[in-house]
Amino acid sequence: MSKRIEAKNLDIYYGKFKAVEDVSMVIEPRAVTAFIGPSGCGKSTFLRSLNRMHEVINGAYVEGELLLDGHDLYGPGVDPVNVRRQIGMVFQRPNPFPTMSIKENVLAGLRLNNKRMPGREQDEVCEKALRGANLWEEVKNRLDLPGSGLSGGQQQRLCIARAIAMAPDVLLMDEPCSALDPISTLAIEDLIQELKANYTIVIVTHNMQQAARVSDSTAFFNIAGTGAPGKLIEMGPTEQIFSTPEKQETENYITGRFG
Amino acid sequence: MSSTAPAAESSAASAGLVPTKPRIGDRVFQGLSTGSGIAILVILALVAAFLVLRAFPALTTDPATLAAQGYGEFWSWVLPLAFGTVWAAIGALVLAVPVAIGIALFISHYAPRRLAQGLGYTIDLLAAVPSVVFGLWGIFVLAPALIPLHVWLTTYVGWFPLFSGQPSGTGRTIFTTSIVLAVMILPIITSLCREVFLQAPNLHEEAALALGATRWEMIRMAVLPFARAGIVSAIMLGLGRALGETMAVALVLSGQNRVDFQVLTAENPNTIAANIALSFPEAYGLRINQLIASGLVLFVITLAVNMLARWIVARRAQYSGAN
Repeated sequence: MSKRIEAKNLDIYYGKFKAVEDVSMVIEPRAVTAFIGPSGCGKSTFLRSLNRMHEVINGAYVEGELLLDGHDLYGPGVDPVNVRRQIGMVFQRPNPFPTMSIKENVLAGLRLNNKRMPGREQDEVCEKALRGANLWEEVKNRLDLPGSGLSGGQQQRLCIARAIAMAPDVLLMDEPCSALDPISTLAIEDLIQELKANYTIVIVTHNMQQAARVSDSTAFFNIAGTGAPGKLIEMGPTEQIFSTPEKQETENYITGRFG
Repeated sequence: MSSTAPAAESSAASAGLVPTKPRIGDRVFQGLSTGSGIAILVILALVAAFLVLRAFPALTTDPATLAAQGYGEFWSWVLPLAFGTVWAAIGALVLAVPVAIGIALFISHYAPRRLAQGLGYTIDLLAAVPSVVFGLWGIFVLAPALIPLHVWLTTYVGWFPLFSGQPSGTGRTIFTTSIVLAVMILPIITSLCREVFLQAPNLHEEAALALGATRWEMIRMAVLPFARAGIVSAIMLGLGRALGETMAVALVLSGQNRVDFQVLTAENPNTIAANIALSFPEAYGLRINQLIASGLVLFVITLAVNMLARWIVARRAQYSGAN
């Protein structure tokens, strides 16, 4: 289920603009890895390159190697569609499909695989995913109502259910709590702690307390200035990054001297 | 204003709460927009009133009197025309809608930006061609060119009821008419669909892609459901144009007053609008009232179609993404 990601000298471009430069890191399975850094430092761009969502934008491409348990995700013949089926993603703003019911939303990814699933199995998968996202008790009586009728926090957990219904190897989260209130944020953070038993989780966050609370290791990204590419400054166990970082830049950021 | 206490008024004025100058722009704009809203209702009411008043004699005159003057009974005369109108328009929709949605999707989601723009302009240009040009093209170019297709279809696909019968020797059939109408309604359906497709939220497109959707699956999951109401509206506008199209049909179609589902034979139903255009110059007396009454029927059909469309769009409003 859970797989290791290894980036080797990854450069990420938007057309001619180099957004991220020379990132090498290892993301461990069954753990939570947080990316922190100021706006525009490339942490979201790097996250989106992990499941090849980056190249959805016109002219965007990646150079370097990105290995999922040793297989290059950018290797010749690799289909980004298959990559995305194994590496799930949750976005900043909750985005359940408005035209689908809650149940249809959970099963949306599975339906793509054109699997003809018997009704009972569908129910089981749906319940398992919703339980996994801590949403089952709240929605079990209204599975056939539109997902857009839920609260923001519930919608975000619905999106997590939709992602884990695919049984991915990795779960990427791009600032999953930034549009949510504190109670919903807490619910998602608790959920992340439970999910890491089974998945490799990578989370981008603007909230340093959140990174400190949920993650096992933390990577700090920074940019030298506007127009300069973002770089990975330092990566290590979360406790160490937040107590005794090796680089002065990291310390300045986490102590709130900038950013 | 004179009833309010003058003291209170002046204190409000000194506090800057009473505007010193009347806001003319506001008033003008409100007047203009309200006036426009009322004007459209008045115009529509006048058209309806004209149709009803002038149609009245044809509807109320005793059938025996009509027969004595050489006219048939109204309903048995107008129903085949109404059928022909709807039949030709449905044919046009069947041909135009898939193509229009395909072009719109290509422009919005597949084509490189430059090509998409050029293609968009070209399609819009089609809408600027006068309908008489389409009619002349239909009668002089398309109809003769389609005669072999008529023969082929009746010979090899003749088992399909719509394609059965003796093929027309001129090509001036409902089939050809539907093709001409399809070309004419293509631009409006295409450009409306394109606009709606472009508005599909990026949020949901990315959600679909991140689940491992191919581009087509993404379109089916995130674009088409979102665009559903817009597509229906576009189709209805196209249908409205096809139902009311006069000149092109009058030129291309060689129609008679009959109900006939076969689309390739020499015997074709006529349409209301084309029939009015062709018969009006020679009509007098009750005949004019009959023709206007057929116009009233077309009016009612178009109204019914639009209401149906609204109902379809409203039926699944809670899933529309508006909430």
